[in-house]
Amino acid sequence: MSPVASVKTLKIDGRDLSGRQEETILDVARQNGIFIPRLCEMEGLSDVGACRMCLVEIKGQNKLLPACVTTVEEGMEVTTNSPRLEHYRRMILELLFTERNHVCSVCVSNGHCEMQMLGQRLGITHVHFPYRYPQEDVDASHDRFVIDHNRCILCTRCVRVCDEIEGAHTWDVMGRGINAKVITDLNEPWGSSETCTSCGKCVHVCPTGVLFEKGRSVAEMLKRRQFLPYLTLMRKENE
Amino acid sequence: MTPEELAEIAESERVAQSRFTQRVNVCVAAGCLSCQSQSVKDALDREANRRDIKDHCQIKGVGCMGLCAEGPLVSTSSGVLYRKVQAENGAAILDSLGGQPVSHLVCRTDTPFFQRQKKIVLENSGVIDPERIEDYIAGEGYSALIKTLTEMTPREVIDQVTKSGLRGRGGAGYPTGLKWSTVSKSVGTKKYVICNGDEGDPGAFMDRSVLESDPHRVLEGMLIAAYAVGASEGFAYVRAEYPLAVKRLRTAIRQAERVGLLGSDICGTRFSFRVDVRLGAGAFVCGEETALIASVEGKRGTPRPRPPYPAMEGLFGEPTLINNVETFASVAPIIRKGGEWYAQIGTEKSKGTKVFALAGRVQNTGLVEVPMGISLREMVFEIGGGVPEGRKFKAVQTGGPSGGCLPSDCLDMPVDYESLAQAGSIMGSGGMIVMDESSCMVDVAKYFMDFCMTESCGKCIPCRVGTYQMHRILTAIGNMSATQQDLKMLEELCDLLKHTSLCGLGQSAPNPVVSTLRSFAEEYRAHVEEHKCPAGVCNAQPGGETE
Ligand SMILES: Cc1cc2nc3c(=O)[nH]c(=O)nc-3n(C[C@H](O)[C@H](O)[C@H](O)COP(=O)(O)O)c2cc1C
Ligand code: SF4
Ligand code: SF4
Ligand code: SF4
Ligand code: FES
Ligand code: FES
Repeated sequence: MSPVASVKTLKIDGRDLSGRQEETILDVARQNGIFIPRLCEMEGLSDVGACRMCLVEIKGQNKLLPACVTTVEEGMEVTTNSPRLEHYRRMILELLFTERNHVCSVCVSNGHCEMQMLGQRLGITHVHFPYRYPQEDVDASHDRFVIDHNRCILCTRCVRVCDEIEGAHTWDVMGRGINAKVITDLNEPWGSSETCTSCGKCVHVCPTGVLFEKGRSVAEMLKRRQFLPYLTLMRKENE
Repeated sequence: MTPEELAEIAESERVAQSRFTQRVNVCVAAGCLSCQSQSVKDALDREANRRDIKDHCQIKGVGCMGLCAEGPLVSTSSGVLYRKVQAENGAAILDSLGGQPVSHLVCRTDTPFFQRQKKIVLENSGVIDPERIEDYIAGEGYSALIKTLTEMTPREVIDQVTKSGLRGRGGAGYPTGLKWSTVSKSVGTKKYVICNGDEGDPGAFMDRSVLESDPHRVLEGMLIAAYAVGASEGFAYVRAEYPLAVKRLRTAIRQAERVGLLGSDICGTRFSFRVDVRLGAGAFVCGEETALIASVEGKRGTPRPRPPYPAMEGLFGEPTLINNVETFASVAPIIRKGGEWYAQIGTEKSKGTKVFALAGRVQNTGLVEVPMGISLREMVFEIGGGVPEGRKFKAVQTGGPSGGCLPSDCLDMPVDYESLAQAGSIMGSGGMIVMDESSCMVDVAKYFMDFCMTESCGKCIPCRVGTYQMHRILTAIGNMSATQQDLKMLEELCDLLKHTSLCGLGQSAPNPVVSTLRSFAEEYRAHVEEHKCPAGVCNAQPGGETE
């Protein structure tokens, strides 16, 4: 990289800010304490732009763009919140709540769940769409961890952390559309996985109560993610 | 291969062909093959052998002649077209050469279906043998490639394509010259050209037909593009469900390699280009360019956000040109005859011709190529021959699951990118389905939503869950159990998917709903308020509210 990193100045919600050219709008917003909702993005992992919660308005663009994958540009004017954005975010989150079985009161992540927190933040008190109530599996075959597909939001953080950080590539996505699900190895029980090193990283990046440690009961599953920024920093320095 | 050698092949092929004073062409494209055209060709062969006339009478397997619904089609050098030919008609057809046609098999060609077409992409379809490179070369094949390599700079090639006004035929209509220019300017250690032959729209078979009927034309387009953008490697991504297209394309690649039109130092220049065929993974979304690229890389075929566009960062992170089969198939004639020639055809913003797969409630179904700007009325009532059985026209659907339904007051609208978009549909890849009064528009919208729901890759929430919810509501409307609240939700979901989905599938999935809500609101209202389906298609289901 050139010694003089190229710096861009931009406006986010009217504030004059700057960011390096490879940084995303979400990076810069976060550094400056500006909240943009996100579910699939996680610092230290590659970005997929999948959940669409972080869509923002950019002046002069009629398309909404995901802040987590849109890099900053000189003179950009970003609006992170508006009635329209709030309307869409609420709808997306509502759709997510209808997709599987999110019964927070009995969930290991109750009180620590990113989806639940976003719901509160966006003031969702009522879901307009009917629930699907699918029958999803719970796989408790692993010695230490459990996966309860009833709460999966398909953010693919587990897939990415296991592949990109742990290097095990145990997780993958199978199926299409509403039938998509995360699987371990070739859709075998997690407990018999040949690739899993039991490092627990996937458990700790999972935003909801899908992946948890055995023996945790309601509201007990706290996620520890300090390892991520640290590991990615180490990697960058080694490059 | 030098230009002289190419001219030699062309000349000797022409001489060989001129020996034949009589010719019988049998369509051996998939449509006709599925109604036993191979046995017709075999019977003609046998009969010609028996009569010992093969020295002056050629029996040739050719590509699609367009009127697929009337197949097997056979044409003769006396200018007669026969329809629904059976093996036992072989002798009679040979008898008729130079004399009276076999009247009960004759298919009239003085009709608008044939006369209103303008063939550029399909100029060789139904004329040449798709499995013989010599036949392609004899009809000026590869002369455009030779011209670009020996007389034109890459910039000049791009200029001609830009001047032609050609726009992508894969759906979005992006200006082809601009895309080529971007890729040519992008920096990378290597560049790729990809031909998108995934063609997943239900009912569409334009690309299949081109690949089956004239595969060398697609290769020539890819070669010219590769030269223009500076690519050295190419992939043709074809649906695995198109075995014949794959086979003929592979044959064409082998033949082109054999004569030195593909490979290293083509035509004695320093230009080298190789093409590999990749089979589609069978998902509609794999036709989306970033998903297609992921699939070629051996990954799960799901779209990723753009930018970066493939032109900058595509296959293996390198600049990649990706165009549709029909787009590539339009290139050679543009180079041969010049961009200005092409730009004279069509409308101000939509140049040239477009191939459509005409289907549904019209007399003539099949494949047609028409100049842009032709009216929908001409498409339906002249080329299509109108709605059969004296029924009334109701709507024409263009663009498949990403398109919309246009009612009768749109009939006089010209068929071009802007007009279709303005009316709430899209050009799409060229599917055109005509519907009469027996179709229920709610049912049509539900059918396409079912398709989008099933084909959603599941990566982004609005499309994954939104298509499910929209399908549920449309099903409820069909069951007469929906409420005003559901209708409002449906409209909100249309807006959400359009503006927040990651890729074109989700963004355009609402189009069939939006367009039918716009033009056939009364039908929705009847289902919801009166629990009636005006077309008599939907039935109230047990459990739903009934009268
Ligand atoms: C869901 C989806 C499916 C698509 N399927 C096809 C396809 O089957 N064939 C195709 O050529 N383009 C398809 N496209 C468009 C491609 O992404 C791309 O725009 C096109 O191949 C570019 O070629 P063109 O500029 O020649 O049209 C699809 C797009 C989307 C969003
Ligand atoms: S525990 Fe570690 S290795 Fe096992 S699946 Fe999770 S991230 Fe991968
Ligand atoms: S298991 Fe957790 S981390 Fe993995 S996709 Fe589901 S919600 Fe995301
Ligand atoms: S819009 Fe649909 S098909 Fe496209 S990325 Fe999202 S889920 Fe996948
Ligand atoms: S956080 Fe940006 S799309 Fe999920
Ligand atoms: S397939 Fe034979 S005419 Fe189209």
